Amino acid sequence: MNLHIKNGRVVDPANGVDAVTDVYISEGRIAAVGRAPRGFRAAEIIDASKLIVTPGWVDLCARLREPGQDQKATIASETMAAAAGGVTTLCCPPDTRPVIDTPAVVELIHQRAARAGRARVVCLGALTQELKGEVLAGMHSLKRAGCVGVSNARASIVNTEVLRRALEYARTCDLTVFLHAEDAWLAGQGCMHEGPISTRLGLPGIPEAAETVAVARELLLIEDTGARTHFCRLSSARAAAQIAEARQHGLPVTADVSVQHLFYTDDEIAGFNSAYHVRPPFRSGRDRDGLRKALRQGLISAVCSDHEPQDQDAQRQPFAATEPGISALETWLPLMLRLVRDNLLDLPAAIATCTVNPARILTVPAGTLTPGVAADVCVFDPQETWVVGEDTLQSAGKNTPLLGKQVQGRVRMTLLGGQLVHRATIPSKRPPRRIRRS
Amino acid sequence: MKRDGTDIEGLDIRKLLSAMAAKLHAFLESRGRQATEIIGVRTGGVWIAEVLRRRLKIRGPLGALNIAYHRDDFGRVGVHPTVEPSDLPFTVTDRHILLVDDILYTGRTVRAALNEIFDYGRPASVTLAALVDRGGRELPIQADVTGVSLSLKSGEHVKLQGPDPLRLSLLKNPDSPTA
Amino acid sequence: MKRERNLQINAHGRLQHFLTIEGLPRELLIEILDRAEGFAGIGGRAVKKVPLLRGKTIVNLFFEPSTRTRTTFELAAKRLSADVLNLNIESSSAKKGETLLDTLRNLEAMHCDMFVVRHHLSGAAHFIARNVAPHISVINGGDGRHAHPTQAMLDAYTIRRHKRDFMRLKVAIVGDVLHSRVARSEIHALKTLGVPEVRVVGPRTLIPAGVEEMGVSVCHDIETGLKNVDVIVMLRLQTERMRGALLPSAAEYFRLYGLTPARLKLARSDAIVMHPGPINRGVEIDSQVADGGRSVILQQVSHGIAVRMAVMAMTAGSQAG
Repeated sequence: MNLHIKNGRVVDPANGVDAVTDVYISEGRIAAVGRAPRGFRAAEIIDASKLIVTPGWVDLCARLREPGQDQKATIASETMAAAAGGVTTLCCPPDTRPVIDTPAVVELIHQRAARAGRARVVCLGALTQELKGEVLAGMHSLKRAGCVGVSNARASIVNTEVLRRALEYARTCDLTVFLHAEDAWLAGQGCMHEGPISTRLGLPGIPEAAETVAVARELLLIEDTGARTHFCRLSSARAAAQIAEARQHGLPVTADVSVQHLFYTDDEIAGFNSAYHVRPPFRSGRDRDGLRKALRQGLISAVCSDHEPQDQDAQRQPFAATEPGISALETWLPLMLRLVRDNLLDLPAAIATCTVNPARILTVPAGTLTPGVAADVCVFDPQETWVVGEDTLQSAGKNTPLLGKQVQGRVRMTLLGGQLVHRATIPSKRPPRRIRRS
Repeated sequence: MKRDGTDIEGLDIRKLLSAMAAKLHAFLESRGRQATEIIGVRTGGVWIAEVLRRRLKIRGPLGALNIAYHRDDFGRVGVHPTVEPSDLPFTVTDRHILLVDDILYTGRTVRAALNEIFDYGRPASVTLAALVDRGGRELPIQADVTGVSLSLKSGEHVKLQGPDPLRLSLLKNPDSPTA
Repeated sequence: MKRERNLQINAHGRLQHFLTIEGLPRELLIEILDRAEGFAGIGGRAVKKVPLLRGKTIVNLFFEPSTRTRTTFELAAKRLSADVLNLNIESSSAKKGETLLDTLRNLEAMHCDMFVVRHHLSGAAHFIARNVAPHISVINGGDGRHAHPTQAMLDAYTIRRHKRDFMRLKVAIVGDVLHSRVARSEIHALKTLGVPEVRVVGPRTLIPAGVEEMGVSVCHDIETGLKNVDVIVMLRLQTERMRGALLPSAAEYFRLYGLTPARLKLARSDAIVMHPGPINRGVEIDSQVADGGRSVILQQVSHGIAVRMAVMAMTAGSQAG
């Protein structure tokens, strides 16, 4: 079916496009941007006036909870949330149950995602078996099964020898290693940033050094092994500076940050608010500003949702006993638009960090509107406001600090391979009661 | 001192107290309760009790009761503003007690005061004296000796101010009448 | 900075829960002390009881074992004529969280009026206060490393008895501040009551990051720390601290930070020595000091009952009106 998306502001950073123009889709692929291909006849014309048209967003990390924790969420529920958030490709970290350390688990996830048909799901394979940090996982088999990289997720590899060998072996397999930099001993039983607020609350803290020590160790091994490495979810300004320096020295490293870390600090936890319990933890205002600066300078090239849906039982506990994470797929876009309004990034730069840049890190052919690629497209209204609520979120996880708050920017339509996978319902004119502006 | 309300005409507190002391003396003697301990209910009752103690030449120290813990309106108003705690500088058990309050109204204060006294021990007897009996009893409690009985119109309340000088004044339609 | 508002103070401006000293106004702390003064005499009467909370049911909900704290809360409740239920829930056997909420629901169904909560997790009392039915008051009997507000108030009460005026005191809090909920609540209480100088004294391993932002000065040398202070608060050092990398041994700790008669001489001549108990003789404090004339440790225990009565009466009465 041929689709014609008309009069939208098309932002396609990979191709340097930022103009009010048209997108033509044919046979599930981008046929052209700008002028219609010869003989193009649209079966449907979509009027995108006053809307913004971008490549479908690419999320470096979204936990789908399947297999293993389907009381929290399922691939079906979370890919639906992805579509509602304009996300067409998402990457699932290997800390499922069982761990993604065999091709069978990869196949299971791919199959379920294909059956749901709402988003492309790619997997990171395990770096070590069962993520225990002891024995290397079968990285080659995992790559053959379709894994786009390898990672030990948030389980830190304590034994430095194992980490070195894992980097060497991953390079042998030509796989990008996705590392979460956290020293297990320094992090200890910590559940928030170590600082004046953790001290006041009496919550065990995770010092900044837990991240910077791990980044330093890992950078030295990357230098030795030459392994292509991506640092996931930086939380401190110093770690961002360490990565920047390594890049200056030509090390093959990239880094991302969760969109939440660009906004929140440990201040939010002051009343034991477990909605802000995340790993790595929200740190100081200085750290948040450092991460923002690194993003603006391109030293951190990608932003992700770090989506982690939780069930109520995991949340309704005293702070330290709650499971960390934020249900974030559907609030990613509004938060990115807030960064634009904050003048941190212009719109094309912001879109790049959520589309083409993460796609390059994952080495997947997504995140662009280049003619010939699958027509994964996100159409959103940058002005429309909506209230984040249990009823408005598609995700099974309602755990977000934005719950009950009004946000600006709403996905109107998501196309996956030219197929409509999400269309926003017409917004009600009457705003719901008890709106809290965020 | 701030003057509240209007003084009640024709009432001379000194005379009332003298008359009370005389009546009390007779009452106690007739009942064989000469050796008494005297206790005033905070705050006004303590002022009256101090005067009576001197007139009756009671040797022992003056006791003072804070009835906050025994009030029956905790469920409605919570804990009352802090007043000084009870201070009974003598043994209660097997003693004759002269309990003094300023205004006798519903009887609830006296009920609470009796409870408070019994928390300290089991007295041989309790005699109740009140400067003013203004009627309106809600409990079966009567004073043995009263300075004066007043009949008040609805909405009127009588209040003792002091300690020096002691003055009885009439208040009209106060917001929260107290027992 | 975002702080917990309103959770402790209800719509009538009264103290509904007592979870932490932080954020409470000075007048309210003074009121607690004044009321405690009133309740203090009750222990000396023939009937050691007042009927204020007659007909109310108070549950001591202890997820962490503690005989002494539970006993003083129980005694306080009984002197107010409340019915008391003691529940000791071994958190290891409890399948966390779910049971905590389930336990609350069950107790609510039994028409309990007040929970005294002790829990090993910081923030547990806040969590419970947020999740109980609106007619229930929650008193924090110690949560993790976070707060132990009744202990701080009984310490303040003890200090007031001996020193009268908070405004010109120097107080040293010595020992394991990192793990101490008593220290945290104490700092908030003393600062709120106007104590101009609070010092925390201990090795760097036991002083938490950024504690200065609570308005105290930090001192790693006990001789300097005790100089001219009016009050010394010794903290308990738990033996498990010696198993990790925090301290080499109890003996070395005592050499560096133990309160000995010689060190006590550095403080003002009328300085008092306090300890939340139970004390480790020869670890944080020398027996001569613990049992000496300057020690007010046992007074603290008896003051604890009056202070807890005051807090219970105030929170239970907050529902009125």
